[in-house]
Amino acid sequence: MSTEPASKAIALRGSTDHVVEFFGYAVNSVLYQRGVYPPESFERKSKYGIGVMVTSEPKLREYLVNVLERVDQWLMESDLRKLVLVLADARTGATVERWAFDVQTDGSKTRRDGENAGDANGEETMKTEKTEKEIMQEIQAIIRQITASVSFLPLLDRECAFELLAYTDKESATPDECEESDPKYVRDGVEMRLRSFSTKIHKIEAGVSYKTDDA
Amino acid sequence: MLSPARRATECDPHVRGASTPSRAQVDRFIPSRSALDLDVAHYNMSQDGRGTEGEDDSKEIRSPAKEAYKKSLADNFHVERGSDSAKILAFKSKAPAPPSGMENSARGVYTNNSAGVRAKKTCRQIPSAPERILDAPELIDDYYLNLIDWGSSNQVAVALGCTVYMWNADTGAINQLCQTNPADEEDYITSVNWGADGKHIAVGTNSAEVQIWDASQCKKVRTLRGHAARVGAISWNGSQLATGGRDNTIMIHDVRIREHCTSTLRVHQQEVCGLKWSPSGNQLASGGNDNLLHIFDATSIGNRQALHRLDAHQAAVKALAWCPFQSNLLASGGGTADRCIKFWNTNTGAMLNSVDTHSQVCSLQWNTHERELLSSHGYSQNQLCLWKYPTMTKMAELTGHQARVLHMAQSPDGTTVVSAAADETLRFWKCFDNSVEKTKKVRDANDSSVLRRFNFR
Repeated sequence: MSTEPASKAIALRGSTDHVVEFFGYAVNSVLYQRGVYPPESFERKSKYGIGVMVTSEPKLREYLVNVLERVDQWLMESDLRKLVLVLADARTGATVERWAFDVQTDGSKTRRDGENAGDANGEETMKTEKTEKEIMQEIQAIIRQITASVSFLPLLDRECAFELLAYTDKESATPDECEESDPKYVRDGVEMRLRSFSTKIHKIEAGVSYKTDDA
Repeated sequence: MLSPARRATECDPHVRGASTPSRAQVDRFIPSRSALDLDVAHYNMSQDGRGTEGEDDSKEIRSPAKEAYKKSLADNFHVERGSDSAKILAFKSKAPAPPSGMENSARGVYTNNSAGVRAKKTCRQIPSAPERILDAPELIDDYYLNLIDWGSSNQVAVALGCTVYMWNADTGAINQLCQTNPADEEDYITSVNWGADGKHIAVGTNSAEVQIWDASQCKKVRTLRGHAARVGAISWNGSQLATGGRDNTIMIHDVRIREHCTSTLRVHQQEVCGLKWSPSGNQLASGGNDNLLHIFDATSIGNRQALHRLDAHQAAVKALAWCPFQSNLLASGGGTADRCIKFWNTNTGAMLNSVDTHSQVCSLQWNTHERELLSSHGYSQNQLCLWKYPTMTKMAELTGHQARVLHMAQSPDGTTVVSAAADETLRFWKCFDNSVEKTKKVRDANDSSVLRRFNFR
């Protein structure tokens, strides 16, 4: 935190790149693994030392690129608190699955709520220096977990639509392309925590809540 | 649950800043707040008592002390990422919808998983000798007849010459059900078929009659006339009765109404010898001496047109068997010139498989417990063959009959098959015995006894 502003900016840039890239692959993985889009519209890419499926659908690609650009900006401004991927029944609109990626941003810059400034929690994990390789391994573990999630998540046997929600700082301005939304929780859902990864600046915690079969 | 967390955050703020010595050494239970999604937890807790919550909220707002307490509590617990301090934004442009009618490809994974749970079956012991042999004198050696059937009341009806006998499989008792005119040599029984109720039995005769008998009282209920020649094939479907005769016609009767004949199907050019309703009653398969196999749809049977006309067999089609585990799968067997068992998708009319058995196929029975098919044959071995479906590898050959095995019927529990051969014997084969299920039951019983022992303590 006490590092000079220039290096801080570089670190933030690098960390943001990691996080945005991770979001992209994570969202793609969920869409592929949960069968939201037909598997033939995905192609295999080698990333994080494993094979990841990435959509080749031009429209979906464009949408994701736009969203991730926005996410990038938020991260650079340290406004993003959480990114949520909501899978909802296409017909009823009821949420059936909710993948949440909590973002904890290090630095005094994020804490704007008056007297609590400087009392940020969980800093000790972020302060530790991490090599690129370690970060990659942590990300790899999360992507693997998403892949493995098929073994415990129920089959989505109806048509599903997905949506991305971003939790941002209360004081930050709402961009033109966004609107305020309700959190779209899963009703009577079961929650499952996934692994987390952290860079110098950001700590990402993943989790999924889903409807059980009998619910 | 709150107090330890509070202590951890409030009392030891300086400890947190230091590099955590080791969390594992702590002997107290400290809930990991980071492992919980507090928003979701709060939502789950609050949604139950939604009705009263409104009142509580309005009360709380009036109490500034409580408000302040809540705020300090929230500050202490760092619930800063709660929905009240963050804005939830959704993107106005929505993701493109997946193509409609798309089936989740992961379905395969799930179905495979559920099937994979079953233990891999080891080779089943198939007894090679019949369990019991009964004499059946005067059993007519005629390929085109259907002289044996096993009803749901566990009675085997067998037509010997002009008499129908019932053999009770539970008690072994033999009853005579009915007899045609014994003076007339030519008036013999040509077919028997039990109704699903196990009470009524339809009997076809050489004099072109179809008689319906009440087996419990040995009383004739009704006589259906209409055929011009002997009735060699009968199949029940609820109160509907399909009969096929040497007059090349198939008649559909409704036995409840006075004008019983609801339609007459003239699709065969020669004697109809095979007739079977599918287990669901939606389709009727008919085979004739003209080497044709027809599939009728129950709903459009009034049009007198077959759904499919299948001409792949090279000889008479008598052996017909609907698959018990796949609704649109039919197995059919051809006569001496054909010797093939063929499998059909009766919805599309496509032939799925054809196997040369090297012998006349007289009768077919599916195993209801396993994916297996039993076929009975004529010259030269007069054997029964057990086939694995769909690979059609031969699992066993059951020999013993001295002449061709004309008819087969299956017990209601699906474990035993009775075969009637031209050597005037009935042989009972326990070839479909479901030993896997039995061992499982035994294991279950053991489990429960173990549990009982533990409960006793």
